[in-house]
Amino acid sequence: MRSSAPSVSPRPATGAVTVLIGTRKGAFFLRGDRSRRTWKLSHPLFLGQIVHHLVFDPRDRRTMLMACRTGHLGPTVFRSTDLGRTWQEAKTPPAFAKAPEGRNGRVVDHVFWLTPGHEREPGAWYAGTSPQGLFRSEDGGATWEPFSYINDDAKYREWMGTVQDGTPDGPKLHSIIVDPRDPAHVYFAMSGGGVHESVDGGKTWTPILQGLDVVEGFDRATATFHDPHCIRLCPSNPDRLYQQNHCGIYRLDRPSNQWMRIGKNMPKRIGDVGFPMVVHPRDPDTAWVFPMDGTGVWPRVSPGGKPAVYKTRNAGQTWVRLNKNFPKSQAWWTVKRQAMTADAHEPVGLYFGTTSGEVWASRTGGETWTCLARHLPEIYSVETAEL
Amino acid sequence: MTIHIPSALRSYTGQKSDVEADGRTVGEVLSALDRRYPGLRFRIITEQDTIRAHIRIFVNDEQARDLSAALRPDDQISIVCALSGG
Repeated sequence: MRSSAPSVSPRPATGAVTVLIGTRKGAFFLRGDRSRRTWKLSHPLFLGQIVHHLVFDPRDRRTMLMACRTGHLGPTVFRSTDLGRTWQEAKTPPAFAKAPEGRNGRVVDHVFWLTPGHEREPGAWYAGTSPQGLFRSEDGGATWEPFSYINDDAKYREWMGTVQDGTPDGPKLHSIIVDPRDPAHVYFAMSGGGVHESVDGGKTWTPILQGLDVVEGFDRATATFHDPHCIRLCPSNPDRLYQQNHCGIYRLDRPSNQWMRIGKNMPKRIGDVGFPMVVHPRDPDTAWVFPMDGTGVWPRVSPGGKPAVYKTRNAGQTWVRLNKNFPKSQAWWTVKRQAMTADAHEPVGLYFGTTSGEVWASRTGGETWTCLARHLPEIYSVETAEL
Repeated sequence: MTIHIPSALRSYTGQKSDVEADGRTVGEVLSALDRRYPGLRFRIITEQDTIRAHIRIFVNDEQARDLSAALRPDDQISIVCALSGG
């Protein structure tokens, strides 16, 4: 049962921050000190593996899971229970059910998203895959099983579409979010396929699509045509979610099911298209986005080659451009959906990784920025571990 | 019989390039390999028991198209990562 009390401590973190970086050619750690002024880049881990997500478990503060594949080898999950010093492969990685004889079954191409379970379920993890599938582990990521019915449900399979209905390297299930007040209250998103909610631990799911725009000419009542890029729940107010969508930036205040397009308040020349969305750990009115060019053939680069973060401090009513120390021109990179995050310090630290292999950080909530690393492979994910 | 292991899979075999396993079919040999080197099979065979897109399995000089390919005790198997990537 949900209650109105948030479960996350409002006190700022004070410990050292490690930035966990997943790239197209392996993983890296950027280890910082408590002041977040000094950083040291590790040697690559799993060099050559495609790392879509590398995530720290805040419940035990020592486990990490890494979603891997290579160009040739199939998908798997590696686990560390000693803060990344040693790694073991999952005994049973996420995999679809074997199809009956004579029928074509689906094959997991890559594990795209990892989410630790609720704090009252210490071994639980969720995984989202491409093609879209939802999986759960009960043992800290050692073994995985399909979660709930959606992977083989006729209606959900229709909404998931085919490989032609998703992003260029395959449709993805992502943004798996567990309500900190209630382990049975879970959200996930499909790109494409919409945003979905369960309040009964995955026994039933309901799309939440009201207020979301779709590409012109398509039916907004059909989940297939909705393309959420990134959903975030505010830890300081779990009834508030923000969304960066293919068609705009949105906010949802539960119990309403009506998304509000707060991206309409972005500057018109910038627009409100992008991949990532980041929320403040203690202020539900503050969030950040990283806009990209969604005009014409969708270049998916910083608009005009001038990268900038945009921040709202009033739940999306107004936005402020933050680009101090970013290149002023000719910077044609962007930030993928799980490659931007925040720490829990005061002021909040922000971190993102670019498609050109740079890691940028701000110790000031985005007011000023520093490039912490260059020349890495294309960055797919950036998460923090506060130790 | 001897199975040649490509470099991409040698983290599973303790860096051995050639290992021994027995079976009447390619599928049985790969299952035997997976018992000895857990996790190896899923990196090259899908959950639908098909050979992954960029993996090839040769029995002597013949390409095996599926796991049912029959084997003789003196056959040599090569697991090959296809010439692809980037």
